[in-house]
Amino acid sequence: METSSVTMVGTKTATSSTKHHAKIAVNRFFANRLAVSGSILVLFISLICILAPVLTSYNPIEMNVQDRLKPPSASHWFGTDEFGRDVFTRVVYGSRISMGVGFSVVMITSIIGLIFGLYSAYYRRLDNFLMRINDGLMAFPAILLAIAILAALGPKMSNVIIALSVVYIPTVARAIRSVAITVREQTYIEAIRALGGKSWRIIWLHIAPNCLSPLIVQATFIFAYAVITEASLSFLGAGTPPPEPSWGNILNDGRTIMKQAWWMTVFPGLSIMMTVLGLNLLGDGLRDLLDPHTNKAKK
Amino acid sequence: MGGYLLKRIVSLLPVLLVVAIVDFIIIHLTPGDPASVMLGSQATEEELAKLREQLGLTLPIYTRFFQWIIGILQGDLGWSIFMDMPVTEAIWEHLGPTLSLTILAEIIAILFAIPLGVMAANRRGSWMDQSFMTFAMLGISLPSFWIGLNLILLFAVQFNWLPAAGYQPLSSGIFNHLKYLIMPAISLGIMQGALIARMTRSSMLEVLNENYIRTAEAKGLKMWIVTYKHALRNAFIPILTVIGLSFATLVGGAVVTETVFNIPGIGKLIVNSVLRRDYEVIQGTVLMIAAAYVFINLIVDILYAYIDPRVRYDKS
Repeated sequence: METSSVTMVGTKTATSSTKHHAKIAVNRFFANRLAVSGSILVLFISLICILAPVLTSYNPIEMNVQDRLKPPSASHWFGTDEFGRDVFTRVVYGSRISMGVGFSVVMITSIIGLIFGLYSAYYRRLDNFLMRINDGLMAFPAILLAIAILAALGPKMSNVIIALSVVYIPTVARAIRSVAITVREQTYIEAIRALGGKSWRIIWLHIAPNCLSPLIVQATFIFAYAVITEASLSFLGAGTPPPEPSWGNILNDGRTIMKQAWWMTVFPGLSIMMTVLGLNLLGDGLRDLLDPHTNKAKK
Repeated sequence: MGGYLLKRIVSLLPVLLVVAIVDFIIIHLTPGDPASVMLGSQATEEELAKLREQLGLTLPIYTRFFQWIIGILQGDLGWSIFMDMPVTEAIWEHLGPTLSLTILAEIIAILFAIPLGVMAANRRGSWMDQSFMTFAMLGISLPSFWIGLNLILLFAVQFNWLPAAGYQPLSSGIFNHLKYLIMPAISLGIMQGALIARMTRSSMLEVLNENYIRTAEAKGLKMWIVTYKHALRNAFIPILTVIGLSFATLVGGAVVTETVFNIPGIGKLIVNSVLRRDYEVIQGTVLMIAAAYVFINLIVDILYAYIDPRVRYDKS
């Protein structure tokens, strides 16, 4: 009876302390203006992605020649393009491509980058080999490497995701490696090893959780780079092929008729800016919150 | 210093080898037969066989790799099928505009970014700091090609002050040269400037808290001497890193900017080669740019060792 009451008290304090910590974390998040404004922007764009069919009654691909090159009006908020397609609809559906590519790239680079970074930090022999490959890959300017890969594989959305993942995995791997190397040298890791802990257990249960904050911060920035690079690739005609709308290829369509149709240049660009700004603000905010070093330097 | 230099140069060799292997593999990823992709569906079997022979596709892949490497060591990057000239010559012809563009962009970026970053750090938390940093945040969030398109809309289409696109070499007169380059350089330099300004500010903030700055102020030195001589010099290493790494960003950005402004530089060469599927040009140009990046990093590292002697002894 007595012991059970003791356990109960124990659990109660434990849950209330977890709740307390969670509350502190939530309060700190909401006190950080960067993180909050970034999240609002990112949430807004994500809602547009999800609600695309509800937001517009037009079809993003269907052509309607008598409506071509109409300036913004009540029926066409962002005007129409040279095939009479509603630009607002194309921008809204284009967000699905941009965000879809960004999200997929973030997932792939985070998982593979985490694995490479952790194993590279833990096994020093592997480290030398993996980091030379990393250095080599990082010597290519991101967009050039992506263009070369797409030139070989052909312009397709799935190939854009593959190309951008290859481009950004080294960045994640290097960031994770640098954190994991310091964690690896901590006394508690040595203690687990002395107790006979297996390597995979040390790597995944003890080192990996300590690498999650830098991974989250890095992932947010990679999301932002991926959105800009996808737009640039599609703008050059090497990314998402028409008629499927993506912010980059709408801008490319608008380039030749810029004098007649400014709206085709302005609106997709503003969407890219809003998304990337939101992600950058969120990334800066999260870095302030999660990384004690930059936190101290900025305050 | 000599030992440090030698060590750094030797450490480049494996990286350059990886760069060459990656570049070679990527281009040879092309699914199917590159010859038929290049010539299209109307090509005859004879034409295909001739091109395969010319591209060396009949040889096993490792032989092709070694031949390519030996060629590179002799200064031969391959042959452009479409321009009918050596790849090195094509690169040489397109190098000038890209150099002019990236150097001008870098100058614009540094000229604005370092003073603004220093001012923001000096008056931390003021409205000036906040507005500079908001601009810098916007600067890293805007795709350079979109800034370029907007500049064209404004200064070429609306006001008709500057030419919308094109390029004039330096030999046609510096004024004429700059008239064509100023918009592309600004659109390319903005993101770079924003990155440098952010790094300058945060690096200065760290240094301004140091004791020696307080001492310098306490002994009555003028504010600008403390800022530029004592603080900025010590804050310079991270700033130099950003400037050094900016080469990759600028060349990457130049690919898109040159297309927007129709400048016949390396970027335009690559984009055109991708559209024409002129694989040897893509392979050679990408290799040259990556190698240039590796060497620029080497120079930045040597500069570190020069600016901050601790670097020479630190790395074991």
